[in-house]
Amino acid sequence: MVGRPGLDKPLVGVTGLLLALGLLTLYSAGQTDFPSPVAEIWKRQLVWLGLGTAAAVLAFRVSPRILEWATPFFYGVALLLLVLVLFFGVGTGTAAGANSWLTVGGLRVGQPAEPAKLATILMLARHYSTRREPPTTLGELVPALVIVGIPFLLVGLQPDLGSAMVFLGILFVLLYWAGVKPHLLLLLTSPLISLLLAFSTVSWGAWIVVLTLVLLWVRPYVLEGLVIWLTNVAMGVIALELWERLAPYQQNRLLSFLNPEVDPRATGWHIIQSKVAIGSGGIFGKGFTQGTQKRLAFLPEQHTDFIFSVVGEELGFVGVLITLGLCVALLLVLLRIARRASDPYSSMVTVGIGGVLITHVVVNVGMTVGLMPIVGIPLPFFSYGGSFLITCLVAIGLALRVAWESRRSGYLEITGEFRRL
Amino acid sequence: MSWQNPYELTHRAAAVRGVTVAVFAVLVLAFFRVQVLGSDRYEVQSRENRLRPVSLPAPRGLLTDRDGVVLADNVPGYSIALLASSVDSLLVKLDRLAPLLPLDSAQLAAILRRYRSAPTEPVVVLRDAPFEVVSALEEQRAWNPGLVIQSDPKRRYPFADVTAHLVGYVGEVTEVELQTQAYRGARHGTLVGRDGLEQVYEDLLRGRDGVKFAEVDALGRTVREASEVEVLQPEPGQTVRSTIDIDLQRYIAGMFPAGRRGAVVAMEPTSGEVLALYSAPSYDPNAFIGGYDPDAWERLSTSEEFPLFNRATQARYAPASPWKLAVAAMALERGVATMDSKMAMPCDGGMRYYNRYFRCWRTEGHGQLTLFEAIQHSCDVYFYQLGLTLGLTNLLHDAVALGFRERSGIDLPNEYAPQFPPSTEYYNRLYGPRGWTNAVTLNLSIGQGENAQTLINMMLFYSMLANRRGAAPRPHLVEERRGEIRAMGLGEPELGGLREALVAVVNRGTAAGAQIADLHIAGKTGTAQNPQGPDHGWFIAFAPVEEPRVVVGAIIEFAEHGSSVAPLVTRIIARHLLGPDAVPRGPIRSLEMPADSAPDPVPILPDTSLLRGGTTGPR
Repeated sequence: MVGRPGLDKPLVGVTGLLLALGLLTLYSAGQTDFPSPVAEIWKRQLVWLGLGTAAAVLAFRVSPRILEWATPFFYGVALLLLVLVLFFGVGTGTAAGANSWLTVGGLRVGQPAEPAKLATILMLARHYSTRREPPTTLGELVPALVIVGIPFLLVGLQPDLGSAMVFLGILFVLLYWAGVKPHLLLLLTSPLISLLLAFSTVSWGAWIVVLTLVLLWVRPYVLEGLVIWLTNVAMGVIALELWERLAPYQQNRLLSFLNPEVDPRATGWHIIQSKVAIGSGGIFGKGFTQGTQKRLAFLPEQHTDFIFSVVGEELGFVGVLITLGLCVALLLVLLRIARRASDPYSSMVTVGIGGVLITHVVVNVGMTVGLMPIVGIPLPFFSYGGSFLITCLVAIGLALRVAWESRRSGYLEITGEFRRL
Repeated sequence: MSWQNPYELTHRAAAVRGVTVAVFAVLVLAFFRVQVLGSDRYEVQSRENRLRPVSLPAPRGLLTDRDGVVLADNVPGYSIALLASSVDSLLVKLDRLAPLLPLDSAQLAAILRRYRSAPTEPVVVLRDAPFEVVSALEEQRAWNPGLVIQSDPKRRYPFADVTAHLVGYVGEVTEVELQTQAYRGARHGTLVGRDGLEQVYEDLLRGRDGVKFAEVDALGRTVREASEVEVLQPEPGQTVRSTIDIDLQRYIAGMFPAGRRGAVVAMEPTSGEVLALYSAPSYDPNAFIGGYDPDAWERLSTSEEFPLFNRATQARYAPASPWKLAVAAMALERGVATMDSKMAMPCDGGMRYYNRYFRCWRTEGHGQLTLFEAIQHSCDVYFYQLGLTLGLTNLLHDAVALGFRERSGIDLPNEYAPQFPPSTEYYNRLYGPRGWTNAVTLNLSIGQGENAQTLINMMLFYSMLANRRGAAPRPHLVEERRGEIRAMGLGEPELGGLREALVAVVNRGTAAGAQIADLHIAGKTGTAQNPQGPDHGWFIAFAPVEEPRVVVGAIIEFAEHGSSVAPLVTRIIARHLLGPDAVPRGPIRSLEMPADSAPDPVPILPDTSLLRGGTTGPR
């Protein structure tokens, strides 16, 4: 069956629904009993939405070939901005602790970390599109690690832990899509696991034993195996040192993730109030704009990091199911587009976009209900913020182009019969 | 095989799809747990977050006189309170209100203390706020988050100083009292009775506070009254009807000699109902309402005249001549004398007992008298001998049995117990076993010596004299304590004799000239020795003798002697029994009559040593 070129209707539909729901929620987030600046913010978001849609149309117009050709340029610019923001950035708003904003003449123009996510996806996609065979050794993963590692470090230095995590999400999703075997991914992740487990000597010791057994079973190159093993040991040793280097607010966030009651008035406040908001919403919610936790300012950051708590409080479990259902639908549509992409580069880009979105959604939504530490990353299409909304819309524009390309080139669904060939 | 192989891609896509669905399933489960399973708990938490209880003070019950005339009622008042999330925030809010509500440091300290003891409740900043302040604040409500203006009925005493010692006053409950069982149901800022009937009948008068909820935001700003929670309406306290006859009470207050100190009590001997109780000087309890003025309190509590002190129940005086009836009653009861008994020695103005000379108040002497005449003329020499005949041990025993060491049991707070030696042991301890002589008997026989009685307790004794069978119920203002009756063992003939003698006192004896119209008044004057100044005057009387319906007693400090008190008492009796028209108008002329008690060296009372620590005031 030959598809006719055109917009991918499911993608446009799901995105449209999410944007509409997001905008309504943002409007509701501004409806508080004591007027706050948040009240007018949905109008500004509308402006960003307009700009973002224009940018998405532009992205849709760009041929993947040209995009692929220009990728190093985008990547370079993104890195340059990240470096600049390290020197000239300011912290403000919900991320006061991190200097994530780029300012020009005192005017805040955006958060370079957001487009950098897209640029990194493009760069990684370009890297793998030229290789036919999947990486099988750790050595072959080094270029990919470098491509993601540079923006990861730059963002981490801001320090913006949440965005840095998103880069890791991109890396793993794309490596898996590029055919890297799961055990290799596990070895790659092992230093991180080692770092987390280092807080308990027993669990860390057990992990080292398990790692050793995995290494003996997988049998990588001796040198690589040794490097992995030693890195794990080193991580366990420096864990405490790293912990002490974290800013107190970051330490508190991690601690209160483990137990919000440690400091219920300060750090634990966010998570406690968010859970109260969501929990008190019940099955059907308190009604649109009627959430008391939000109205009475108990819910912090209700227009950015904790906007999903507004959904939970006002629309209840039903609203949560609908929103999360739309998110899953969006991800599955992107996955379908990636699978049917007419070229490896487009496929990688689409999967990368899905990777960014799923990381944001899971971390943000998980955070509101206490499943994730509070790292402060926005919820796509819901949270207020220009850079991120435009980035997301550009990403959707790119994905639409990919879908368009594959239809134009006459995509054939692989049927069972074909598979048997 | 290339990673771009469609088969491989489909395979991986399936895996990614599986992981995605699994991850979202975990999220959905987490929300299910919080929103469906834990919803109730979080709903409660969300309410606790935003709802603050604001109590609705219950109006206190009314206090009325016997005919329902209101002695203590409530008028609308407003108190200004603040809800604050922290001390700092409270201070900021107070600062913002400063132009309208200037506070000095003592008031500020009190507010902070109240706040710390109950930080989630609104802390009262100003009770009984003036109307201008309330309306000004009402306008500024939007700019003053946490401001609570609540209706707070204010206590009012329409008769002010006329009934001050009867009704008492109210004050804020203290921290310590809140812990006790007696004040269960009270909360910070509740007004509780501090004296008088307000204090004794606190349980009846205090209603049950209601509660409503205010919705506040995270910063403690009040948004609105919460509508979804039912308001618990306050239950007003009960109306307490007292036995007071306000008309008589006002008459007494008006007639009491200006500038004098003392007390007057009028009661029904048969029922024990107190018709009037007045102590002078008095004070205006309305001054203590709504944040009393510390200066005014200081003036009242340290004044030489002790206006807060109830001289009917809390002042002890030497009972003087009215006491002679007690000695007479004891002698009659023991059968050592009859109304016609004469004593060995006639009165020649005094009597030598061992090496001391005890004088009669009448220096020229009374001559040979019967008991009847001795009472009529209040002859000291006769009673010296009667006391000696009775014997000290019997005298002490019988006086204790008659209740002269007990409180009368009137339902007013902090009644003082009279002082009287329980036995001769008392003198052994006081002077040493050989340090005293039988001469103390002589002093005790005429109501001097180690004997100090309250007016109310003497009134109870005269009620017994007035009643058939010589028994009387406890005096009371509201509730009769059933079965609590004090009695003496005299028969009707003896009682009749004593009453006749008392009638003679008024008609022909020491109180002659105090009789009014054709009333048969029985009474006894007295002069209590007062080493600090002029003597105190007593007069206790009841009427009509045939069927006594009222006992009136009065003590006036520094009145020289009881004869000047007698006309006041007889007018009160006439006013009560015959109505306003029967009473002579115009000022009472002090009757030219001699002091009827012998001088006594033992300095006695009124006992005010416990005053400073003993009385309570608004805190």
